[in-house]
Formats: sequence, structure tokens, C-alpha cells
Amino acid sequence: MSSQAYYVPAQSRWPILASVSLFLMAYGAGALINALSSDSGGLLGLGLLLLGALSMGLILVGWFGHVIDESGQGLYSDQMDRSFRWGMSWFIFSEVMFFAAFFGTLFYVRVLAVPWLGGEGEKGVSNMLWQGFEATWPLMNTPDMKAFPGPEGLIDPLHLPLLNTLLLLSSSVTVTVAHYRLKQNRRPQVVLWLLLTVALGCAFLVFQVLEYIEAYQELGLTLQAGVYGATFFILTGFHGMHVTLGTLMLFIILLRVLRGHFAPDHHFGFEAVSWYWHFVDVVWVGLFLFVYLI
Amino acid sequence: MGSLEQTVSSTDHHGPAKGITRWLYTTNHKDIGTLYLLFSLNMFFIGGCMALTIRAELFQPGLQLIMPEFFNQMTTMHGLIMVFGAVMPAFVGLANWMIPMMVGAPDMALPRMNNWSFWILPFAFSMMLSTLLMEGGAPNFGWTFYAPLSTTYAPPSVTFFIFAVHMMGISSIMGAINVIATILNMRAPGMKLMDMPLFVWTWLITAFLLIAVMPVLAGVVTMMLMDIHFGTSFFDAAGGGDPVLFQHVFWFFGHPEVYIMILPAFGVVSEIIPTFARKRLFGYTSMVYATASIAVLSFIVWAHHMFTVGLPLVGELFFMYTTMLIAVPTGVKVFNWVATMFRGSMTFETPMLFSLAFVVLFTIGGFSGLMLAIAPADFQYHDTYFVVAHFHYVLVPGSVFSIMAAAYYWLPKWTGHMYNEAMGKLHFWLSFIGVNVTFFPMHFLGLAGMPRRIPDYALQFADFNMVATFGAFLFGFSQLIFVYNVISCIRSGKKATARVWEGSHGLEWTLPSPPPYHSFTESPTFTRPHRNDDRGG
Repeated sequence: MSSQAYYVPAQSRWPILASVSLFLMAYGAGALINALSSDSGGLLGLGLLLLGALSMGLILVGWFGHVIDESGQGLYSDQMDRSFRWGMSWFIFSEVMFFAAFFGTLFYVRVLAVPWLGGEGEKGVSNMLWQGFEATWPLMNTPDMKAFPGPEGLIDPLHLPLLNTLLLLSSSVTVTVAHYRLKQNRRPQVVLWLLLTVALGCAFLVFQVLEYIEAYQELGLTLQAGVYGATFFILTGFHGMHVTLGTLMLFIILLRVLRGHFAPDHHFGFEAVSWYWHFVDVVWVGLFLFVYLI
Repeated sequence: MGSLEQTVSSTDHHGPAKGITRWLYTTNHKDIGTLYLLFSLNMFFIGGCMALTIRAELFQPGLQLIMPEFFNQMTTMHGLIMVFGAVMPAFVGLANWMIPMMVGAPDMALPRMNNWSFWILPFAFSMMLSTLLMEGGAPNFGWTFYAPLSTTYAPPSVTFFIFAVHMMGISSIMGAINVIATILNMRAPGMKLMDMPLFVWTWLITAFLLIAVMPVLAGVVTMMLMDIHFGTSFFDAAGGGDPVLFQHVFWFFGHPEVYIMILPAFGVVSEIIPTFARKRLFGYTSMVYATASIAVLSFIVWAHHMFTVGLPLVGELFFMYTTMLIAVPTGVKVFNWVATMFRGSMTFETPMLFSLAFVVLFTIGGFSGLMLAIAPADFQYHDTYFVVAHFHYVLVPGSVFSIMAAAYYWLPKWTGHMYNEAMGKLHFWLSFIGVNVTFFPMHFLGLAGMPRRIPDYALQFADFNMVATFGAFLFGFSQLIFVYNVISCIRSGKKATARVWEGSHGLEWTLPSPPPYHSFTESPTFTRPHRNDDRGG
């Protein structure tokens, strides 16, 4: 197989269609958000966004379906497989850097910006902006409580977040067990362990939603609650989106296993999703430590 | 080199398709490279027209042509379009054309994704340009879009700007992933990493930088979006945030970004100078390590853009010293280029002229960068025309000249025809004079205290501004010669040989000119050009 020529696909209409969809989504989202901010309807934006998202979904199904077909026909050499591996690895690295931007923001705000506003440290002179403001973390009292009313309470890290940590950590184990079973070609077991992983992912998401409801309705911990709320929601929010995407991908992998896809020695689609799932898991550990616990 | 017909299961390996679908659906690295280059050329002219609008307004003190509000939109859009629309896609286009041919690969590693990377761009820039027609006008906060100018005080079109930046980021990341996968996985058997042409090396490192920092740009515009529309306070001190945080995150992206625009230029020049000096590159290994060092350092120098914003003293010192450290690997590079030419049998064809101008003028830009790196001195220079002079010296006679050099150098390989050498030289000399007349006086303006990004200025700055505007129009219009030369080179001209240049070496020159639509469907045999005494003769 390794002596096989590298497969260069013929022309494809998926990428240009995907570009059009991406444009519709981006333009629609922009129009919708602007309309919401100025209270002027937003049906056009919403329509474009939904149309773009729908077509993007269909395109991805078609595009990946195409790749799966080609793989099934044996067109892909070992070298091709390595290209996919490099591609997925570097994609995950880009995701790591995306989260790094938000973690960096959290650390900067917490270690530098807020103490300075409270009069501590080398730039403590900025305390003159809001005299009497005292720096604390989590930031319960913001400098300007009228514009950004701080939260009244905080999420207890040892309840839902701890539970969610256990759920995600065990889901990383279950997906790995599924992978081993796939290598041993024990397919019913693969289905079982994958199903369990998807269930753990869904449970995580449900608890995350419950936590958000609690934050908004009982604790006054909102996006508008100053920079603690902002960092809290951007980190947990983007992580939640990644869990949603990861769960969806795991579910698709599960369907593919049920359809008889993947060979014991040739299943990069499976591995890629599993890599992604581990990445999401590692990010959560960082979140649990730095957003909730410490 | 083996036969170009392949029997194994690679379907549909005939020539290009007919009509527009060839370009819309293509998975061919040469087609996609061409698309990138043409797109970049278009953006170069659009951004150039904006630059000329700016220079026309600055021809004389007082407001003549445009309102200050529109002037701000012009400076913003000019910067964004030149950085993200002209320079970056041009280098990606060169990477697409050259990397597979240089490493002996049949194509890029992931050809369909390659098409997607390109075709996102026209849509992203249509959206970006459409903001000019929106209510409230286009983004007017400068290409660095500092908060709160870009949040609290931004026009509504900022939302579309944010999504356009997201699209460009997606495109760049996918393009960079493709480049890395191609270089790491698709080299001809026997070609080790340290055998790769320097253009391939610099692109490998550039691609790493792109994947590392484009997501950070996505992060910072996302926080802007949240602050503008969803009530967060990342960049608002009233909620405990900090507008300076914006600058930190932005420049954590922004400084590696400027190396993204110059490292491939180093690669191009390191290909061209040995060819026309008819010697192999001096200090190949040190060139590789210098490039890698510059890339690593680029992550720990970002706050030198922010010396006057109110950093703690220890921060000022740290970022001052790390920034000055970059002069060391950059000096190694300049030394190596000069040493390559030392006692070479040089000829001065157009690509070589552009490369020589690159070495000299980029070094001037580097030196003014070193001046700006000195924190106490920067308190004087900050936000003056000295900064404008500095970064235009590294970007125009730096990046843009290297792109021109690359275009002339490889055009005969791409088209199969020689370009018109006399016209190329004319283009070079007019550009060279135009660039210096435009940007050199800006050093004096800046040192005398003229601030950047203003449509009007005090009378004592009038003379140099007038000179700069003359230079800008000379430079701008002389680019039409380039366009004419490229078009006539595509259509006709003397037949080019496979080798094209007497001193050229590397796998791309073993292919005929123009190369077949699918080159290297079978791996070529690779012999080490850098290890033996191949002087390219």
C-alpha cells in the first residue's frame, strides 16, 4: 500500500459551495447581531444565517461522505493517512491557541488589570478612576456597579463543575476503551462504549445548561456582570460549543460504526474524533482549575 | 524523473477542465496558486488606490479632497487590505505554486481543502469592502483596531469587519495546515529537512506562526464582538477589564504576523541571490536556525508596540531587550546574503535587482526598527510618521519587492515564456525610486513630530509631504508596467528553457517550462544541492 501513488482528487464542487455557505453564515450573523443591537428586526440576517448553516451542514455531509467513499475504495495510501494526521494535529493546535487567548485574558485580568484598578502594584495609580474600588477575585464588586452590576453569588466548584469534571474525564476513558475494542474488532463493544461516551457528553451539556440557568437566574452571574462574568462565560461557553461539536462528531462516528465502517487497522476518522475529544477534555481540566476552583 | 502518466487508481488525471469551472472546482496547486496571486494583485491595486487617496489628501496641508472621517476609513482599509489581502495571499500563492514542485510532490497534501482556503478570501474581502457602502461608513479605527475606538466608538459596520476577519483566519489556518502537511509528508524520497530549499523552510516556519496566532486574532475579535453587542467588559475598565488588554492580545497576534509577512520574503531572496551570484547560498544551516530563532522570538516581543501605553518598567525593559535580540538572527541573514554575493559572478536581471534592493532597503527598515525598539527613544517616535516610514520600509521594499522578485524569477517557469527584461528593469528602477521618494522623507517628518493617521498637518511638514505624494504616485503607476509585462509574458515572449536561469538549481527547474498540469505524479530522484559542490554552473 505504501508504494501506491498519492491520491490527488479530481475537481470538486464542495469547497466553493462551502465558501458560499460560510459567507452566508458570516453575513447573516453580522446582519442579525447588528439588527438585534439596534432593535430593528433581523429577519433577513436570521434567514441568511439559517440558510448558510443548513447548507453548510449538507455540504459537510456530502464532502465527508465523498471522502469516506474514496477511503472505502482504497484510494488512500499510508502517506495520505499521514497527511490527515498532520492536518488534524495542527488543527487541534490552532484550537489550543484559540483557548490560550482566553486563558491569557483571564490571567492578565486577574493578576494585573484588576489589582491595578484596586490601587495595588506598579500601575495602581489607575485607582484614581474609581476611588474606593477594592480589587478582589472573583470580582464581586465591579468598579462601576451601575454599568456592570457584579454577581451576587458564584458557582460552587464542588457541585456541578466537579461532577462535570468526573463526567468528562470518564468519557475520555470510555472513548479510549471503544478505540481498543475497535482495534480488536469487537464491534458490539465498540458500539456500547461509544454510546456511553456520547451519553456522558450529553450529560455534561445538560449540567452545563443547568449551571448557566442557575448563574443567570439565581446568582446574577451574567455576561454583563463585569469581567469575571465575561471571562467565565467566554471560556465555559466556547468549551461548551466544542463539547457540543465533539458529541455530535462522536454520534456520527457511532452511526458509522453501526453501518459497518472502520477496519481494525484503518480508522482515522475514529481516531481524529477521539483526539478532538481528549483535547476538549484537557481544556476542561484547565477550566475547572482556573475558572472554578482556584 | 519518471513518466508523468500514472496508472494506479488516481482518477481523472488529465489536463485542466474548460471554462470557469476549472477555477471554481480546481484541486490543482498550480491553478490555486495562480488564483491566489491574481487575487493578491487585485487587492494590491485596490489597497494602492486607497493609499493614493491618502497621499493625495496629504499633498498639501488643510483639507482638500476628503473629509477626516473618510480619511480614517481609508487608512484602516488600506492597512487591512494590504496585510490580509495583498501580502499574505501573495505568499500563499507562491507557496502553492512552488512548494510541491520544490519538494517533488504531486500536489499539496490536501487539495480540496486548498481550494476552500482560497475561495473563502474573495467572499471575506467582498464583505470587508462592502462596509464602505454601509451606514456609518467602513471601519475607521486603524488596521490595529484598538479598543475602545473599535468597540465603544466604532461604526455599526464593525460587526461585518469582525466576521470578515474570522473568515480570513479560517482561510489562513487551513492554508497553513496544508503547507505544513505538504512539507512534512510529501517530500521526494531522500530529501531530508535540511536538504529543503530555503523558501520551503521559511514557509514551514511561517505556517507554524500562522497556526499559532491566527486563532488569537479570532479570539480578540470575538471579545470585541462580545463587548460591543453582548455587554461584556473585557476592554472596559468600568467592569474590571482593561483596554490595554486588547493591545496585548492583538499584538501577541500582530508581532508574529509581521514575521508571517517577511519570513517567506527571506526565503524568496535566499533562492534568488545564489542563482544570480552563481554560488550556493552561504551558511544554509545558519539561515535555517536564524529563521527559526526569529520565529521563536516573535512570541516574546509583542509589547514593544505598546511602550507608551503605560507598562510596568520591568515590562518595558524585557520587551526592549528581547526586541533588540531579534537583530542578531536578522543580522546573520543579511550577512549570509552579502557573503553569498561575495566574489560571485553576478548578473543583474530583474529578480536580482529586486532582491538586492530588498537586502538594502529591508535593512534600513530593520535599523529604524532597532531605533524604535529602544523604549525611551520610542516615547518620541511613537505614533509618528517615523513608525509609518519604518514599517513601510520593511513591507514595501521588503515583502512587496520580494514578491515582485519571485514573480519575475518564476514567471518563465510558470508561463513557459520569458518576460520582457527591459520592461522589467524599467519597472524595478521606477519602483525603487518611487518607494524611496515616498517613504524616506517620512523618517524626517516623524522625527520632526508629525503624527500618523491625520488628514491635516502643520505647515512645517508641507514640503516633505508633497515629495512623498509625488513618490507614491510614481510608485503606484509604475506597477502598471508590471501588469503589462505579466500579461504579455503569459501571452507571448521568448520560449523559456526548463532551467530558465543559468545558475538555477532545485527540483522545480528539472520540470519543463511551463510544467505539466500534474507534475511529479511519480517521485523524482533527489540529489542534494546543498551538500555537494554544486555551484549551479
